[in-house]
Amino acid sequence: MHVSALSLTDFRSWAQLDVELTPGPTALVGSNGQGKTNIVEALLYVATLGSHRVSVDAPLVRQGAERAIVRARVERDERTTLVELELNPGKANRARINRGAVPRAREVLGLLRTVLFAPEDLTLVRGDPSARRTFLDDLLVARVPRLAGVRSDYERVLKQRNALLKTAFLAKRSGGGDMRTLDVWDAHLAKTGSELLAARLGLVDDLQPLVEVAYREVSKGQGDVALGYRSSLGEGMPQSQDREVLAAALLSELARVRQNEVERGVSLVGPHRDELVLTLGSMPVKGYASHGESWSVALALRLGSYELLKSDGGEPVLVLDDVFAELDTGRRERLASLVQGAEQVLVTAAVPGDVPEQLMGGRYDVHDGAVVRVR
Amino acid sequence: MYEGAVQDLIDELGRLPGVGPKSAQRIAFHLLAADPADVKRLVTALTEVKDKVRFCRICGNVTEQDECRVCRDPRRDLTAICVVEESKDVVAIEKTREFRGRYHVLGGAISPIEGIGPDDLRVRELMTRLADGTVEELILATDPNLEGEATAAYLARLVKPMGLRVTRLASGLPVGGDLEYADEVTLGRAFEGRRQVDV
Ligand SMILES: Nc1ncnc2c1ncn2[C@@H]1O[C@H](COP(=O)(O)OP(=O)(O)OP(=O)(O)O)[C@@H](O)[C@H]1O
Ligand SMILES: [Mg+2]
Ligand SMILES: [Zn+2]
Repeated sequence: MHVSALSLTDFRSWAQLDVELTPGPTALVGSNGQGKTNIVEALLYVATLGSHRVSVDAPLVRQGAERAIVRARVERDERTTLVELELNPGKANRARINRGAVPRAREVLGLLRTVLFAPEDLTLVRGDPSARRTFLDDLLVARVPRLAGVRSDYERVLKQRNALLKTAFLAKRSGGGDMRTLDVWDAHLAKTGSELLAARLGLVDDLQPLVEVAYREVSKGQGDVALGYRSSLGEGMPQSQDREVLAAALLSELARVRQNEVERGVSLVGPHRDELVLTLGSMPVKGYASHGESWSVALALRLGSYELLKSDGGEPVLVLDDVFAELDTGRRERLASLVQGAEQVLVTAAVPGDVPEQLMGGRYDVHDGAVVRVR
Repeated sequence: MYEGAVQDLIDELGRLPGVGPKSAQRIAFHLLAADPADVKRLVTALTEVKDKVRFCRICGNVTEQDECRVCRDPRRDLTAICVVEESKDVVAIEKTREFRGRYHVLGGAISPIEGIGPDDLRVRELMTRLADGTVEELILATDPNLEGEATAAYLARLVKPMGLRVTRLASGLPVGGDLEYADEVTLGRAFEGRRQVDV
């Protein structure tokens, strides 16, 4: 698929922007702070209903404006879909598909798929486990939009359960505590948690071979990368990926750690405590791999994601935001040749020299609040 | 910021659910420009609602008398109670004409985030109503969202020893939403297709 037009109103630094885009590689070039990332961020918002830079919507609305509007025309298999989103921070967003209002913004998920490469990807391999969980969950939702609901339900259950544990923890010190409803939240956690867990396990299995191949390609065959899933169930983790079996395992582990949870006032079991473990040869990537190796793993995760989404049908739009400046010449060249055949690739860079020759298809200059096509 | 009374009005309006600062300002200036008789009627309505309206002694529904219209109606079936979160849900279910029993209004749903537990809802009153054995079916019609489900699951476990038939509205209701937003036909169908809850 590809995006043939993007239009922004009061999104980030853009009061109004209308650009026509073409398939193949396109570079957006402009000096720092001109709004290049803001443009691709809008595109990602259409795909994911979220930003990769902030967790709330308020910063996405241009300072002084009340709402932002993003419109994207998506071309897929000869079909054109116009997706329009109105961002109302603090309130529900509104969405239209082909000019028809839809009851919930979530309905637009799946219409546009993107895979983003960004300088922050290094934290994907070097940062906290939460970065890798987010990576998995974002990819899950890109694959199966319905899972957006499961993911947000799980987060809500966790918040409710933690609030209950916290009050129980505080009340315990004063000698009371209302734990009568904890069983109910345990059941909710096991139900939504097992669905999320099963989906993640399936994803890791599917992703593993693709990431392995991609790693060999970007690193030019230095060692093998492996993905593993470490569950907070520990020893109690079933071999099966069956949801019922996983739910039962979660429930029994919750029962086992209950005392500990009440004493600490937090939920200790569930997918929110799990870890995507990345290893290179016999060593973990985090804490062992070199800077270059870490980059190769990060790129391999993104390239693997791209291949996975492509193989499910619905090739995603690739967005490479300022990544080439981070890479050495070898990785730069190899990444460029790996992505150049994609249906659509958008590259941003501060200077033209940071865009590899293969990806200099169309070129736009981003300067002074305008985007001008120069080739 | 405006002076004195105008700002006070904007602040008060802004505290109402669903009214943001912008709307509060718009309503305030609308009232300022309105005919004094219209404003008087609004004031009377506001005062009367506080003076006259109470909660039904039996079910907790809003009423101007000791008991609400449903509980006063001698034709209602005393063997079934439908548990809802708010009085507005009673109105929604009454519109479907599917239910002939009485209601029990909890006054919300379990939500630890908001500090709401069973003791903050009219759960004890419900248990009292069930004690004499007249009621045979308890229909749990809390909202089809996480908190509503949690409340229903909690009540189902609580009344299990009493051996009543405990049912939950059929799926088909928009998940994650409020009962009151479901249209009559959908809600009526969900009522008809209600299923036994197993705990
Ligand atoms: N909500 C907002 N309202 C107005 N301006 C904003 C808003 N959010 C961000 N900006 C402005 O947008 C600019 C940053 O844009 P962006 O991140 O797209 O830059 P860039 O072109 O990608 O730069 P770089 O090359 O450094 O990555 C900043 O100058 C910032 O002040
Ligand atoms: Mg940028
Ligand atoms: Zn009543």
